[in-house]
Amino acid sequence: MSQERPRAGIDLARSRARSEDEDRGEGGVVTTDTVIDVEHLDVFYADFKAVGGVTLGFPTNEITALIGPSGCGKSTVLRSLNRMNDLIPTARVEGTVAYHGRDIYADGIDPVEIRRRIGMVFQKPNPFPKSIHDNIAWGAKINGFRGTKVEMADLVEQALRSAALWDEVKDKLSESGLSLSGGQQQRLCIARAIATQPDVVLMDEPCSALDPIATLRIEELMLELKRDYSIIIVTHNMQQAARVSDNTAFLNVSMGETGQRTGRLVEFSPTDQLFTRPREQATEDYITGRFG
Amino acid sequence: MTYFPEGDEYQRLLARKKTKGHFAKFGLLTLLILAVLALASLLYTIVSDSFGLVAVVNEKEPSQIVADLGYDPARVSLDSLDKADLVTALEGAISNNVGRRLERDRRFFDDRLVFETQATWDEICASSGAPTGCTASPRGHDDVLLLVEERVVQPDIIAAEGLLPSIFDRRGFEEKVRTAFATNPERFGDYTVDQVRFEWRAWLNMRFLTTPPNSKPELAGIRTAILGSAWLVVITVAFAVPVGVGAAIYLEEFARKNRINDFIQTNINNLAGVPSIIYGMLGLAVFVRLLEPLTSGSLFGTGVDSGRTVLSAGLTLGLLTLPVVIITSQEAIRAVPNSLRQAGMSLGATRWQTVRSQVLPVALPGILTGTILAIARAIGETAPLILVGAASFITLDPSGPFSKFTALPIQIFQWTALPQFEFKNLAAAASLALLVMLLALNSVAVILRNRYSRRFP
Repeated sequence: MSQERPRAGIDLARSRARSEDEDRGEGGVVTTDTVIDVEHLDVFYADFKAVGGVTLGFPTNEITALIGPSGCGKSTVLRSLNRMNDLIPTARVEGTVAYHGRDIYADGIDPVEIRRRIGMVFQKPNPFPKSIHDNIAWGAKINGFRGTKVEMADLVEQALRSAALWDEVKDKLSESGLSLSGGQQQRLCIARAIATQPDVVLMDEPCSALDPIATLRIEELMLELKRDYSIIIVTHNMQQAARVSDNTAFLNVSMGETGQRTGRLVEFSPTDQLFTRPREQATEDYITGRFG
Repeated sequence: MTYFPEGDEYQRLLARKKTKGHFAKFGLLTLLILAVLALASLLYTIVSDSFGLVAVVNEKEPSQIVADLGYDPARVSLDSLDKADLVTALEGAISNNVGRRLERDRRFFDDRLVFETQATWDEICASSGAPTGCTASPRGHDDVLLLVEERVVQPDIIAAEGLLPSIFDRRGFEEKVRTAFATNPERFGDYTVDQVRFEWRAWLNMRFLTTPPNSKPELAGIRTAILGSAWLVVITVAFAVPVGVGAAIYLEEFARKNRINDFIQTNINNLAGVPSIIYGMLGLAVFVRLLEPLTSGSLFGTGVDSGRTVLSAGLTLGLLTLPVVIITSQEAIRAVPNSLRQAGMSLGATRWQTVRSQVLPVALPGILTGTILAIARAIGETAPLILVGAASFITLDPSGPFSKFTALPIQIFQWTALPQFEFKNLAAAASLALLVMLLALNSVAVILRNRYSRRFP
């Protein structure tokens, strides 16, 4: 598995995108500490450019939502933040993704380490077919957990408590993770992701396979978690973005000159501002449902 | 204007469609019945030849032996005699020469010699070419009983009958044998019709399973063939499973998609379809000839003088099963949902950690099932074994990877080629034993699969 990527090329697209930002006057409106800074991100699948010229910074200890219509590249952007795109053989990334100022696509950066710092929760709950305890303990073990058995039990409990799952599963830690309900499974996946004590948690439509009650619990959980983690969430659900996120990035599909559908960042603002006073017409069309 | 028929017209269409469906259904059912009949007739042939009535003539009746030793034949049977009595019976029936040879193979008693004198015995045991009897433990009761049956009773089966006629038409069989005696007495030599006994015989019995082959069909067994097949399975598994599963993991999880790997993949798929005799030729050329120092064991200072060993044959069968093991393992690995790999990698696991801890456990039942089925196929292979030189008449148990060997299918094949009719029954009984072995392996596959897939739903 190749995990070496060429160093981000600085090309004409970069300067062009920058000038567009300047035209807008308020490019990079969100002006707090950032944990991940994306600059001029282009993602290709083979020859197909899925995302182009995305530039934004994800603030520390806040929830940032990525919204937009299907196929606009939200998930692609998300997956390029912890190099999960590397798992797709044809995927290629240009531009920089700086995590604490360090480009994660630079030479000598090991994606394994990046993923250990930037955890991920997936659209469909995907617990390991192991016991609830082992689901959480495994991530710790492979990252060199040095504690005793008792400390491991503490870690598991802590993670499950943080994911608001402890009270429901504390008596059946040795049962299969797959025996839980969908919402519980997703919280187990969140517990698993935070058990390795990452810095950032990426969530790829974490509630799309869940019922409204389970969704509500996950949302409450996210608000809890943002004290300790920076959270970036992709969602289809604008209400969800409005409810939980501090900042929202709206991505849209634009037709390239050759008829390619490429995802581009349209607007990135604090959530209340984006939903009440959008700067772009496209954003307004989308959030008011006049889109498409 | 509508495009679709309505009312009566639709009802007719419906009736027509359904009729076609019924025809198809009954046609398919007929095909199924044909298949079942074909398999059932195969099984019947084997079972029918394995059990049934036989007409036996004993050279010396067991009751006579018992009586000669001074016991009451009505109350004492031959196999309840103790070893000393059996040796006495043997002593009276065989020549001193034969007895000495038997004793040199293995002596009868720890504390005394029967056929040899102590002086000669000490002399031959002191010589350089000392026979096995000098060191081996003495013969046990069952061994001596076997010798008595072989050398004294000397049963001779003169006719055998299949299972169903034996059950429903015993008289017919007896009549047939008597008629044969009446019309063609010279065929039976010295025997008279009064000596003939009709008795049930299970050709597949414990004796058959535990005795080595013998030129007399009444005494022949498949012990060495079963052990040979067992050795083959062990060597095949030891070679094909690690290599095959390893290759499958690499191809599925690590190999990049490029021309070389595509080429390898295509070749593996094609190799799975190569006739087994080709593998036999390969085994002959490579393992028997080229790697002879290795496969004959001479490199390690043991073994036999040629490469026609159980190791060569096991490796050949290993090669034969390798493509199937690779393909089934690949399929099992591919069936593991990608979400598990992503979950593993997203936690900061390396590819190998993810594969080892998450992918392989899920794929394991599939890998095991595929592997066991592939091994089961290898057990039944005959052609490659003939080429790499399985011997048919091996009376010594294979003692290690460097021994000469025979195997069940080889034994069956050889027996069917012999003229005496009894060997047909023996071949059937050995086939039944082989089928039972295969059935056992397949059951293991099913049990393993159920057990592992039940652990986590």
